[in-house]
Amino acid sequence: MAGLLERFVRGDRRALARALTWIEDQQPGFEQLLHATHAGLGRAFRVGVTGPPGAGKSTLTEKFVLLCRRRDQKVAVLAVDPSSPFTGGALLGDRIRMQDLTLDDGVFIRSMASRGRLGGLATTSLEAADLLEAFGFDVVVHETVGVGQTERDIVSAADTTVVVLVPESGDAVQTMKAGLMEIADVFVVNKADRPGAENLERALTATLGLKPRADREWNPPIVRTVAVEGEGIEELAAAIDAHRTHCHKSGVLIAKQRARSAERVRDLVARRVDAHVWQESGGEKMLERALDRIRDGDATPYSVADEIVAAIGFDSGLVLPGKEQREGA
Amino acid sequence: MTEQKIRVLVGKPGLDGHDRGAKVVAAALRDAGMEVVYTGLHQTPEGIVETALQEDVDVIALSILSGAHMTLLPRVLELMQEAEMNDVLLTGGGIISKDDMQALAEMGVGQLFGPGTATGEIVEYIENWVNDRGAKVGTTS
Repeated sequence: MAGLLERFVRGDRRALARALTWIEDQQPGFEQLLHATHAGLGRAFRVGVTGPPGAGKSTLTEKFVLLCRRRDQKVAVLAVDPSSPFTGGALLGDRIRMQDLTLDDGVFIRSMASRGRLGGLATTSLEAADLLEAFGFDVVVHETVGVGQTERDIVSAADTTVVVLVPESGDAVQTMKAGLMEIADVFVVNKADRPGAENLERALTATLGLKPRADREWNPPIVRTVAVEGEGIEELAAAIDAHRTHCHKSGVLIAKQRARSAERVRDLVARRVDAHVWQESGGEKMLERALDRIRDGDATPYSVADEIVAAIGFDSGLVLPGKEQREGA
Repeated sequence: MTEQKIRVLVGKPGLDGHDRGAKVVAAALRDAGMEVVYTGLHQTPEGIVETALQEDVDVIALSILSGAHMTLLPRVLELMQEAEMNDVLLTGGGIISKDDMQALAEMGVGQLFGPGTATGEIVEYIENWVNDRGAKVGTTS
């Protein structure tokens, strides 16, 4: 790891690419790498771009990144596409829409397969974003898989979440549904040159107006864009900037960063405990043996869970009698 | 911990616009459990190599039906060498004569596949190549 880390610190893009692979594959030592590069995090701004498939997320991301470059910001993009739950394979096609960024050395794009995660991001998206920030990028853009109504990983990953819709996205009732509509800090009505853009904007405005808001709470603006033509991108950037300023002033940014750290620690603990239970303490083997007993009716999933955690000294006693009771009996 | 996924860049350098073959191959590699970065049409050698670098792919697979393979493939290879990407395979397919395949192989290009190749053959070739190479440098501690 030492060699890779040294090259990473020197600013070697290939070392960055390889380190990202290391993290994606969760190879042994990847946590040490993140630990070693963690100092100094908290400066980069993280933007999330989400929305249904075909809404224009990648195209919009490209135009937004080009604008950031004109402001002399270095930008990294993590573009996620789904992994097949059957084969584990993936077709990562977001770069097709971002060709103008390929040869700019102030930009780094990484396509990630979701690898089984269902919330719109990849399993290691947050770790990858940390690594990109540590490398020195000022802005990290998370582009999610084309999402439906419930994928909301992006909320904890991004400081500002942009929800991209198109005129075909639906009628007023769609805009009232829970999920995607609730996570937006900025709405984009992309392909706004198509019929229906005004109706969608009106429906959005009406829906947002229905929601009671505390004073000084952020009111998500709606920006109309035609991303392929580059129209509305300045307005989008202005809306993102305004949200960023709001988050700074209101303390939301600090709170988000704290929540992100907390979530990371919880994840890491869960991962360590998982490895401990299933591998090191033989949980997998116990499970394998227990499956026949469950089938035969001699055990239930609940009693087996108790047995497995008891093997690491954790006496939940939820279903089976606790240790004290057993010894007392 | 988790397995290392084979990552492949599939793209079309140069000017020909026939991407059906590239798409068929991309889908076949995906179905074989690989992660395929599909770049689409009209890629420059510079763009391909930079993309391969950022994406840290194991394999660059290019489809060329324009007849420009004797220009494009050596150029990609040259750029890969400049970037010290010596653990990455350059392979591909298209309308390429046996003589040209031979010449390109001598330069260091991997196996090239002509019309009528079964996709399984390409999958097997890539899997074998990655197995023979072993883990990427720097990804095992």
